[in-house]
Order: sequence, then structure tokens, then C-alpha cells
Amino acid sequence: MDLSIENLNNLHLDVLQEIGNIGAGNAVTALANMINKKVDMDVPSVKILNFSDISAILGGEEIVVSGVYFGITGDIEGNIMFLLDIESAKTLINILMGRDNKTEILDEMDKSALQEIGNILSGAYISSLSSLTGLDIKISVPSLCIDMAGAILSVPAIQFGHTGDKVLLVETVLQDGDNMVTGNFLLIPETSSFPTLLNSLGVYI
Amino acid sequence: MRNIIKVGMAELGIIQEPGILTTLGLGSCVGVILYDRVVKTGGLAHIMLPSSKQIKNNENKAKFADTGIQLLLDRMLTTGCNKSSIIAKIAGGSQMFLFQNDNDMMKIGQKNVVATKEMLNLLRIPIIAEDTGGNYGRTIEFHTTDGRLVIKTIGHGVHEI
Repeated sequence: MDLSIENLNNLHLDVLQEIGNIGAGNAVTALANMINKKVDMDVPSVKILNFSDISAILGGEEIVVSGVYFGITGDIEGNIMFLLDIESAKTLINILMGRDNKTEILDEMDKSALQEIGNILSGAYISSLSSLTGLDIKISVPSLCIDMAGAILSVPAIQFGHTGDKVLLVETVLQDGDNMVTGNFLLIPETSSFPTLLNSLGVYI
Repeated sequence: MRNIIKVGMAELGIIQEPGILTTLGLGSCVGVILYDRVVKTGGLAHIMLPSSKQIKNNENKAKFADTGIQLLLDRMLTTGCNKSSIIAKIAGGSQMFLFQNDNDMMKIGQKNVVATKEMLNLLRIPIIAEDTGGNYGRTIEFHTTDGRLVIKTIGHGVHEI
């Protein structure tokens, strides 16, 4: 049966939220280990948005963000994005590189580090999701883009544009203990993967 | 105060002189400006996908290059624009994320640009300026008073076409 965003019920949304919980818990631990600091996460939320509202989750179309993008293939299709506002990205890099003074410009090394952080977090997210649900999920090599939030989020929006007029994303907000770094981790499954994801946690449609 | 219309993804807007049309953070989507140089009315369509054909859910006409540009033109003609004095300017269609083995999904920006040009060509509307492609986002601002399209980017400057 085809399941579109419009006819997902509350149980379905709860399951997608739980999927976010499974993945993000592991990703948060990976980040905490990496920067050797406490990292908190909010309860993941499942957001269903109109195309024009998608940038609002990051604070507006023109906010500069760092986005690391992965394609997901295997039993489910879709993508993953790890987004940091630019100040958080700089702070995170400074913590990771052990620099005291704040860098203002991100050089190639910094960008490659951001990409690697995204890679580790996404790997942690997907591996726990995959081991709990038994789904075979692969992620692509990461790709980094530092630009306006609207431009970056047009990529997943277009993905959903093929099937409808709304976007569904499972969002987890991460924050370090000192509130210096805030990141958004988004799981954006294709509409066609909804049934597989729901079945994997025992909900059949 | 000048009138400004903000056009979001898969939307379109029309404004008369001295109004301004704007779209913030254009990525792989294409911003199509139609402008009647005589009556000074401007229209902006924020195109997400190249074609409404082969897509089941195609009710939102503004989303596609083929139906969106046609709809924008039709609406402008009903406000008193004359097709012979309409010109086009286009911007956007970038590829935000680069991959080694590019799949079709990633080349959507380029496809949007090609489809936009084909549609404008079919409608015999001349494209007098364009700023498309690349791998960065654009905020665009169209001024109906003088037909300027201002393009702002992060790290690639501000310019006018």
C-alpha cells in the first residue's frame, strides 16, 4: 500500500519519532566522545512542513549554515543531513582542534573536519538504527556545503517535490553542555520507504 | 514604504511598479522573472522541478517549469501585460552538494535550468539575462521600476543582471 505524508496517523508518527530516538542517542554519544564534553539531545520530533516553511526550522532562509549531506540506500531510501549554524560550526571545530582563539574563516582542513564529524554522527545513527530494526542501510560518502539555509534545504524539498507538496523530517536537536554548539540532525526518508520503516518496528499498514 | 512580495518555494507572485519581488536562499530551484517593460509589471515563479509530466501529484502548477511559467504568463496577461513586451531573467539552478558519482537527483538544478529555457523558448519570451549554475545559494530581488535583478550570495558577492 502506498502511504503518503497526508495519511500518516499518530501511531505512524510515533514510530518515526522512535526511529529518531534510536539513531540520535547513539549519535549524541559519538559526538560527546569526540569532543570530550557532555552533549544533550531533545526528544526527536517528526515535522511535516510545507516547502515554504522548511527553512524556518533553522531560523530563516538566509541564515548561514554548514550542512553535511548523505544519501541512504538499501532497505530504505532517503537522506540524512547534519546542520550547524555557522557559529556553532566554528566553535565545534575549535573544540575539536584544541584552539583557544576563535577562528573566523573555515579553511579546507576545518571543512574536512566538519565533514568527518557529520560522517561519524551519521554512521552512529544509522548503525544503531540498522542493528535495532534489522534493516540493511548504507550511507553514501558525505558532501559538505556552507551556504544559506534555504538553498541547502531546497535539496530535500525537491526530493519530496516529486511526490507531494510537503516534507517529512525526523529532527533531533543536539546541544553541548555549555550551550555553545547547537546542531540539527535530520533523517529524511523517501515517502516510498515509510512502510518499510514502520514494519521494521512492528507496525503494519 | 515600497511594496515587497516574498515568493517561497513552489509559489509565484506578481507586482506592479514600484514593487519588489524577492526569493531568499534559492538553491537548486530556479527563479524565473517575467517583466513587461512597458507597463512595468513583474512576475516571479520559484520553480522546483523541470516537468509536471510523469509526476502523479502535479496539482501545484507553480512547482514545475512547464506549468509554472505558463501560469505566471497567463496571470500577467490578465493584469494587462502585453506578451510582446515581456522579457525574462533567470537565476538559480545550482548544485548544492557535490558527489563523485553524481546521480540524477543531484543534477536537478541543471535540469531545472534547461527546462526553464525550453519553456521560455517555446513561449517565445526572450531571456535577456541569467545567473545560473555553480554550487552556491542566491537571494534574488527584482525591482520593477528599472528591471534590475539583484543577486546576493554568501562568498560570491552581490551583483546585478
